Amino acid sequence: MMKRVFMKGTEAIAESAVRSGLRFYAGYPITPQNEIPEYLARRLPEVDGKFVQGESELASVNMVYGAGSTGTRSMTSSASTGISLKSEGISYCATARIPMVYINMQRGGPGVGTIHPAQQDYNQATKASGNGGFRMIVMAPATVQEAVDMTYDAFDLAQRDRNPVLILGDGMLAAMMEPVVLPEMRTEKEVQQLKEEQKEWALIGHAHEEKKSFIVPGYWSVEDQEKLCIENNAMYQRWEEEDTDVEELYLDDAEIVLVAFGMAARITKSSMEILRQEGHKVGMIRPKRISPFPKKAFDNIDYSNLKAILDVEMSIPAQMVYDVELAVKQRGRIETYLRSGGEIVRREEIIQSVHALIGEEK
Amino acid sequence: MESQVRKAVYTRTKTLNGNVLGFCPGCMHGTVFKIIGELLEEMNIEQDAACVLGIGCCGLAQEAVAYDVTTAPHGRACAVATGVKKANPDTFVFTYQGDGDLASIGLAETMHAANRGENVTIIFINNGIYGMTGGQMAPTTLNGMKSTTTPNGRNPEEHGSPMHMCEILNQLEAPIYLDRVSCNTPRNVIKTRKALKKAFQNQIDGRGFSMIEIVTSCPTNWGASPLKCLDFMEERMFAEFPLGVVRDRQEEE
Repeated sequence: MMKRVFMKGTEAIAESAVRSGLRFYAGYPITPQNEIPEYLARRLPEVDGKFVQGESELASVNMVYGAGSTGTRSMTSSASTGISLKSEGISYCATARIPMVYINMQRGGPGVGTIHPAQQDYNQATKASGNGGFRMIVMAPATVQEAVDMTYDAFDLAQRDRNPVLILGDGMLAAMMEPVVLPEMRTEKEVQQLKEEQKEWALIGHAHEEKKSFIVPGYWSVEDQEKLCIENNAMYQRWEEEDTDVEELYLDDAEIVLVAFGMAARITKSSMEILRQEGHKVGMIRPKRISPFPKKAFDNIDYSNLKAILDVEMSIPAQMVYDVELAVKQRGRIETYLRSGGEIVRREEIIQSVHALIGEEK
Repeated sequence: MESQVRKAVYTRTKTLNGNVLGFCPGCMHGTVFKIIGELLEEMNIEQDAACVLGIGCCGLAQEAVAYDVTTAPHGRACAVATGVKKANPDTFVFTYQGDGDLASIGLAETMHAANRGENVTIIFINNGIYGMTGGQMAPTTLNGMKSTTTPNGRNPEEHGSPMHMCEILNQLEAPIYLDRVSCNTPRNVIKTRKALKKAFQNQIDGRGFSMIEIVTSCPTNWGASPLKCLDFMEERMFAEFPLGVVRDRQEEE
């Protein structure tokens, strides 16, 4: 049996990253994710990795731009307003096709907001994590175990696509302790091998006869720039087919379908279970990756049974609801239950909202 | 008659790939890239080299150099160089940045990379103006000098006075070599070459942070001929930015 350990979300993510092959981290302090840099400041030297406390979010993300350019598994992390500062570097990584992973432990926003959990960065994470309309795979864990597993995989996806991958958590996931099974530690040889595989394009120096590394966040030629955008878009389209990740529950008989992601989904799911015990036909769609958004899951709803979809978010105004609308294609009614500012969605309020929707129909 | 065996005594550096560099005539960027390339060959480090370009005119070199190259976001070259060097210490890392990039938007990154003593080489081109964007005021624009955003000349009471990056970095503990040179005369080109060679050797020897500030001209945005610009450099630029070693820890030892 795999060994279970009791760990805090931030530290479990950091450990999982190291096990996946993380060897470079740069970050700048911001609550509620400070244990990630603190953990890695201790941990990375043990595996001959490098930790840097950057002088700012800007510097940190650009150190990752540099380290990622060498094919070294690299990561940064921050929270909401700090992520905004990193957005320039993230756009550059996505354009220069640099593999990197970053973590956003969301707090109540906009602005500096509160340090409490929220999901106010959905649009930023999925639509515009920087200028230029690039996209990323965005993972939204609902438990510490999922955060650990997703972080481990994120580095593989980043390397596969040569593109940033975002783990979108929140202050609750960051601070919560749960038992987890940590993934296997990759050996030094395996980590070296993963770096070796990227040698051809990596910014590490090439002999004159070899093809040089050319890692650029833009071109002088409009033809080259358009070509890059077309190539990137083909990758984004491929993700829509091959890289969605979603949990679908009771869609066959559901009269009410709850939609939620991340920590809000965890509370929503337990609300659904209570409602089903009460005898209500309630189902749920939980995007485990919010980008690419699992549109096809919404085709599995039996709309002839459906009374309403309830979009649950820790964001006011609602943000994911626009993706839900695109996926539902006007086949059903969509309502929202929202909390914000660091207020966590409440099970009793979700249940009340569902009761109200069912009651209206009677 | 004996056959003549001809020996090449001078060739173009193979580190420039033949693409047009794109710099305006007389601006000295081309000279600096030639020196860099010749040194990479001479010191046998071309195969290890990674160049981190800033944003601005320096970006024009992106497609003309035949060694590994990346372009950093504006001002972030020292942070990118930090990442490359820490992640892959065997790579020879140098940045190439203008005054707006290094001394204005990138001031924090420059100061902190210097303060950490990163084992990288910083090549800082100071021509006292924003070239690429069309001649706006730089942190190094001389007092009284006109730019498109100081149409009546830089007024120290309103805009502050020019910043002296070698002297500012000289306040820090870690940098090991800070030198200000120019390329306005053949003699100074040779001095620039020597300074860069020393800075490169410092990195190879793992000694730490070196910055070479190269005072250059911008005929296009200074609005003068290249030759007139050379006079202006002698008369005004070197008065503000005196050439010479500001710090050399190796010499002090």
